[in-house]
Amino acid sequence: MHKALKRYSPIFVLPTLLAFIIGFIIPFAQGLYLSFCKFTTVDNAQWVGFANYNVILKDASFLNSFKFTIVFAVVSIVLINVIAFGLALLLTKELRGTNIFRTVFFMPNLIGGIVLGYIWQILINCILSLASKPLLALNSSAGYWGLIILMCWQQIGYMMIIYIAGLQNVPSDLVEAAEIDGANAWDILWKIKLPMVMSSVTICVFLTLTNSFKLFDQNLALTGGDPNHSTEMLALNIYQTFYARAGALFKGYGQAKAVIFCILVIAISMLQLKLTKSKEVQQ
Amino acid sequence: MKQKRKISNIIWITVLTVASLLWLYPIVMILFNSLKKETAISTSTAFTLPTSETFAGISNYVSSLTSQGFLKSLGYSTLITLTSVAAILICCSMCAWCITRLNGIFSKIIYYMCVLSMVVPFQMVMFTLSQTADKLKLNTPFNIWVIYLGFGAGLAVFMFCGFVKSIPIEIEEAAMIDGCNPLQTFFLVVVPILKPTMISVGVLEAMWVWNDYLLPTLVLDIKKYKTIPMLIQYFRGSYGKVEMGPMMASIMLTVIPIIIVYLFGQKYIIKGVADGAVKG
Repeated sequence: MHKALKRYSPIFVLPTLLAFIIGFIIPFAQGLYLSFCKFTTVDNAQWVGFANYNVILKDASFLNSFKFTIVFAVVSIVLINVIAFGLALLLTKELRGTNIFRTVFFMPNLIGGIVLGYIWQILINCILSLASKPLLALNSSAGYWGLIILMCWQQIGYMMIIYIAGLQNVPSDLVEAAEIDGANAWDILWKIKLPMVMSSVTICVFLTLTNSFKLFDQNLALTGGDPNHSTEMLALNIYQTFYARAGALFKGYGQAKAVIFCILVIAISMLQLKLTKSKEVQQ
Repeated sequence: MKQKRKISNIIWITVLTVASLLWLYPIVMILFNSLKKETAISTSTAFTLPTSETFAGISNYVSSLTSQGFLKSLGYSTLITLTSVAAILICCSMCAWCITRLNGIFSKIIYYMCVLSMVVPFQMVMFTLSQTADKLKLNTPFNIWVIYLGFGAGLAVFMFCGFVKSIPIEIEEAAMIDGCNPLQTFFLVVVPILKPTMISVGVLEAMWVWNDYLLPTLVLDIKKYKTIPMLIQYFRGSYGKVEMGPMMASIMLTVIPIIIVYLFGQKYIIKGVADGAVKG
């Protein structure tokens, strides 16, 4: 079988591999190279060494969006995972109407980021104007909390589904045995259910982490970085550096920012996988 | 004890009901506003229901459907999603089966490149990707699926590999001994076993492609082709006065088909999400 398959392997592998080379490997390699260049298109690149990196590390808007992204990510990861886990616990209790609740909570996930951003922009602006506060375009703290609420609204349902699948795999004889031994609901949650769903926790934290760091559509649609770039996250900041201004210098800065962003996302997600994986138990 | 449990259940059901009504409210609010007359829509009155004076009927929907190329965008979005998902399902399942069964050094390189591509943010490749797409003339809705195949391959290959590992190899060997070549073995024996995973991968990739904004914006010629997310963004981003009525009607028109598909395919969508959670 091995031999025959090897002979046929180009038919199986090449279509995906070619598309993968066009869609990912070439752009990735070029992007890495161009971060050391001055350019307006791929063909007129001039090598400038680390000059781009030197500039962006002093770029206040980049550092600001860096901070904003981290503060946003920490709060949204905690909120989304705690609420999603709580909902999953409730929805595995065999209450009435569980299916309807699950359907409703998951729904926002199917709506795209751009549309979600506009829906919430209208809603939040209405609340702000009724409270006679400045609207989103001039109000950076409302922009921050708006993004958090929007992200929770969208992601909680998704993570809830993963936690429900995890909780349903907890063997019921374990829970029963603990009940007979006199454990209360709180003990069962902390000492049995939570350790048994640690693999779901790993995945959910990973997904919320990468989603929060890479957040773009929602940021663009809800606040667009207003007021004065104060609610601009890393992905949007890079996009603005590339496309908001003309000039050879800015593309190089944008690409260098993108490389740093990429390294950051890979490093943080690897670190997180290592940390939470070490807490997983074998079933 | 039983009595106590009953009461606590009622409390929890009430809490969940209130929460799910709040969850639905943003969409219901857009629905109400899309039925109002243009003059009645303002920032501070978004929460009020349409009255007999401000009720505009379906006129906003009519103007949104007849102008702004809404139907065209709907067509492009559907075309792109269908071609991309089909390409991803066929090509990536073939690739994943082959590299899992061969399992040589080359297979491992492809596999880890795919895992890497799932974590890399799109901003890293967006500029170079759009230029590559322009050069290779992959910048129309009819062939942008090549780009989506390349960029969506990571998740798909990863999920298919995970599943193929759990299929006993004996079934395939039996087919080969009976005279199937690898292509026949794959399409007649492996694909039927992979069907549930295909549906899950298809759901996840379709959710991504349908809602994707930045990739088509950068790759497609925005003057000629707009997908649905591009249309909504263009609607808001264009200079001059934004017509809020048709805008909200357009939002509803993009949300309603999604909700209908969701209600019918819920089982598969939720299974797809749970199956997708095998990372790490």
